[in-house]
Amino acid sequence: MKTFELSRRELLKAGGALIVSFKLFPALDLFAAESQTAGMPDPTQLDSWIAVAQDGTVTVFTSKVELGTGIKTALAQIAAEELDVPLAKINVDMGDTDKTIDQATTSGSRTIERAGPQIRQAAAAARKELLRLASQRLGAPAENLTVKDGVVSVAGNPSKRVSYAQLVGGKRFNVTIDAEGRLGEMKLARDVKPKDPSEYQTVGKSIARVDVPPKTTGEAVYVHDVRIPGMLHGRVVRPPVVNTAPASIDESSVKDVPGLVKIVREGNFLGVVAKTEWAAIQAAEALKVTWNKPETKLPANREDLDNYLTSNKSFTTLKQVEKGDPAAALGKATKRYEAVFRWPFQLHGMIGPSCAVADVRGNKATIWSGCQGPFRTRASVSGLLKIPEENVRVIYHEASGSYGRLSNDDGAEDAALLSRAVGAPVRVQWMRQDEHGWEPKGPAQLQKLRAGVDAEGKIVAWEFIDYSLPWTVASATTLLASEQIGLKAKIPGQGNGNQGGGEIYAFDNIKVVAEEIPWMKPEPIPLRTSNLRAPGQLSRCFASEMLLNEIAADLGVDPIELRLRYLAADKRAADALKAVAEKSQWQKRRQPSENSSAAIAKGRGVAMTRRAGGYTAAVADVEVERATGKVAVKRITLSHDCGLVVNPDGVKNQVEGNIVQGVSRALLEEVTFDANGVTSLDWETYPILRFPDVPELDIVLIDRRDVAPLGAGELSTVPIPAAIAHAIFDATGARLREVPFAPKRVLAAIKATKPA
Amino acid sequence: MAKFSLKVNGKSRVVDADPATPLLYVLRNDVKLNGPKFGCGLAQCGACTVIMDGKAVRSCVTPVSTVGGKPVTTLEGLGSVKKPHPLQKAFMEEQALQCGYCINGFIMSAKALLDANPKPTDAQIKEALAGNLCRCGTHTRILRAVKRASGQKV
Repeated sequence: MKTFELSRRELLKAGGALIVSFKLFPALDLFAAESQTAGMPDPTQLDSWIAVAQDGTVTVFTSKVELGTGIKTALAQIAAEELDVPLAKINVDMGDTDKTIDQATTSGSRTIERAGPQIRQAAAAARKELLRLASQRLGAPAENLTVKDGVVSVAGNPSKRVSYAQLVGGKRFNVTIDAEGRLGEMKLARDVKPKDPSEYQTVGKSIARVDVPPKTTGEAVYVHDVRIPGMLHGRVVRPPVVNTAPASIDESSVKDVPGLVKIVREGNFLGVVAKTEWAAIQAAEALKVTWNKPETKLPANREDLDNYLTSNKSFTTLKQVEKGDPAAALGKATKRYEAVFRWPFQLHGMIGPSCAVADVRGNKATIWSGCQGPFRTRASVSGLLKIPEENVRVIYHEASGSYGRLSNDDGAEDAALLSRAVGAPVRVQWMRQDEHGWEPKGPAQLQKLRAGVDAEGKIVAWEFIDYSLPWTVASATTLLASEQIGLKAKIPGQGNGNQGGGEIYAFDNIKVVAEEIPWMKPEPIPLRTSNLRAPGQLSRCFASEMLLNEIAADLGVDPIELRLRYLAADKRAADALKAVAEKSQWQKRRQPSENSSAAIAKGRGVAMTRRAGGYTAAVADVEVERATGKVAVKRITLSHDCGLVVNPDGVKNQVEGNIVQGVSRALLEEVTFDANGVTSLDWETYPILRFPDVPELDIVLIDRRDVAPLGAGELSTVPIPAAIAHAIFDATGARLREVPFAPKRVLAAIKATKPA
Repeated sequence: MAKFSLKVNGKSRVVDADPATPLLYVLRNDVKLNGPKFGCGLAQCGACTVIMDGKAVRSCVTPVSTVGGKPVTTLEGLGSVKKPHPLQKAFMEEQALQCGYCINGFIMSAKALLDANPKPTDAQIKEALAGNLCRCGTHTRILRAVKRASGQKV
């Protein structure tokens, strides 16, 4: 049994057997001098970021975590590049709050954009120091030195050489570096010049991901696989709506479950702990609980929800752009367009439900977690248990892909409460209905759009208002168990974003805003909400791009040509659109273009977006069965510009996954609920895309060496629903206004189509 | 509780368990295997798939009492990073996963498919894997990996 509790110092002494998969590196005994105080290391110390072992292996410490998106490999590439060390010699030690510096939660596709430069600068600072040491050792000026594979030599005299390992292997750098700002905004070693991208040899290559091999063999240790000696198993028992109290608990209902250790109740939190996982499952299932049934004023269906969204005052308005006077321009316009679009609650839908292991002893806690933000989990557990943050250590292990869901680590809190109650390590895993029912969902949205066109066919007015529920679960609010024991969030939540409402187009009069409608009151609510991959933007892009496509059709202009008229000032946007047009062999068309009355109508549609500095455009090819409204997405062609590409195949993998998830969300996904709670509690009632329905994919990566690398974890999922909706319009004339594009809805839209 | 004698990855194991315990929990917690994963407990997602008596089965709904002497193979039983099975090697070469949580199920279902049909068509592969859910969306890579493992042109 390997211990999971090595400290940073112990790790460096003992080698990284666990975290550093399949590699051991020799003891770094000189780290004995390191402070033994637990807690986050000092960001101004180079040693906090990078360590060189005696065999030349380099360890990079980061609070960013691998979520299956490939950043472990990409960050290793960045460090290897700056240091001129082979990638195989780089270890990345991720997400341990006692060993890494808080670089912000891994979310928003921001790791490569923000943590990338931090690691690049730390590596460049390390290289600079190594060259300084080598210069002394070799008696040659630093500018005459070259580095290859971690060995420094004198240019023109290769026999004069010294390795990184010989210089600092197993020792501390003891170098102070500049560290300004916090989290993702932290700027490191600003005085050190990194390599010019033109010199890159490792960055920019499709290097095989380091996390892939053990995941194919069962050798990878996910958080679900963490086993601590003496560990018990827990399950939670949730009410149908939060925040409900158990009115009565019939403990005799589980007296026959063998191995049951304890029924744990704290406030409204209820769970069971047992010696075996099966016993915990049985006990949680069998426990007879009568919950109070407070009156909910929850919208019980979509119509009520729409009324709720449009009749409640927003707590904040997120302004994306306001230019000119859209209302006045609308008044003068020759043609006016109006439309309302709707988006349902959707799931992150982790295949593996929430799981965590906690060991709470006195006023100290160790949490093994698959969360996206180890420091965020540390803060929430500290608040929950009322113990100091530095007494909580969070150790990251990979979990099931989370797409934003594990920004909010409910499982860790559950495990912590249960462990404290029994005084032993407890592993908690949510059952499927817990995850479907209680994961904080992507919020429902509604958009109202108005546009106006003048006599010359120019779009002169554009008004886009998004009415969205916020993230009721976010960094400044409370998690589920905290709510249940009576801790209250002080704010209504965080906004669901405001990109994707048409702001990329240079219309003379344009307003794009998002109104955030509070969803905290009246409690209790059964539908928690949070950030779901590219938050809110699929919905906004669907609405804005669909209306734009319909305007193009009405004006008799090709939809790509129409867009390019308003993208003259944004070359990257225009390039992305032209790239997808070329790759998809787009032919100029007036839409709807399908004139036959064949049983299967074929169409293609286009949509694009900008998100966090990246650009993407998609063309969807669909077939619609006229009689049933069933939509088959046959092919998605997509162009993608996320600046300089660190790992092309890694980005491609992300883009492919983003597309497939986008198709799934467009065609199938909708959380169902009534006044009593969520009713889609498994994969039958909340289906996602299955293998036979996955389209062909054709991807163009636009690699921009002159633009700093950006993330690829969100961007390309955004235009997919809009492109599919447009293709359905092209095929049938049906104007879809709501996701998902279920056969019944598509059929109704086809029937509502008036013959031209 | 009762004693059950199982044959897992070629080795005999005796476990003490409630007869109703799904095989998944026995494999994970008693045999200490990490390949099969809990996804739904409802036979809806395939993350728990193992091969029993030559067939891909959902271990989350297979009571341990029904296993008997039937040989059980898990992901670990196919190969290791050092010595991967051709399917595992193909998944590595095609980089056919992201988070990898579902991949156990895809590889085990593909193993059962290739054992029965060594040169499946694309449509047959998609159909055989239709019961496995992947949320990261790596299907096109998985398709290539299975074709590669079957010695067909990718």
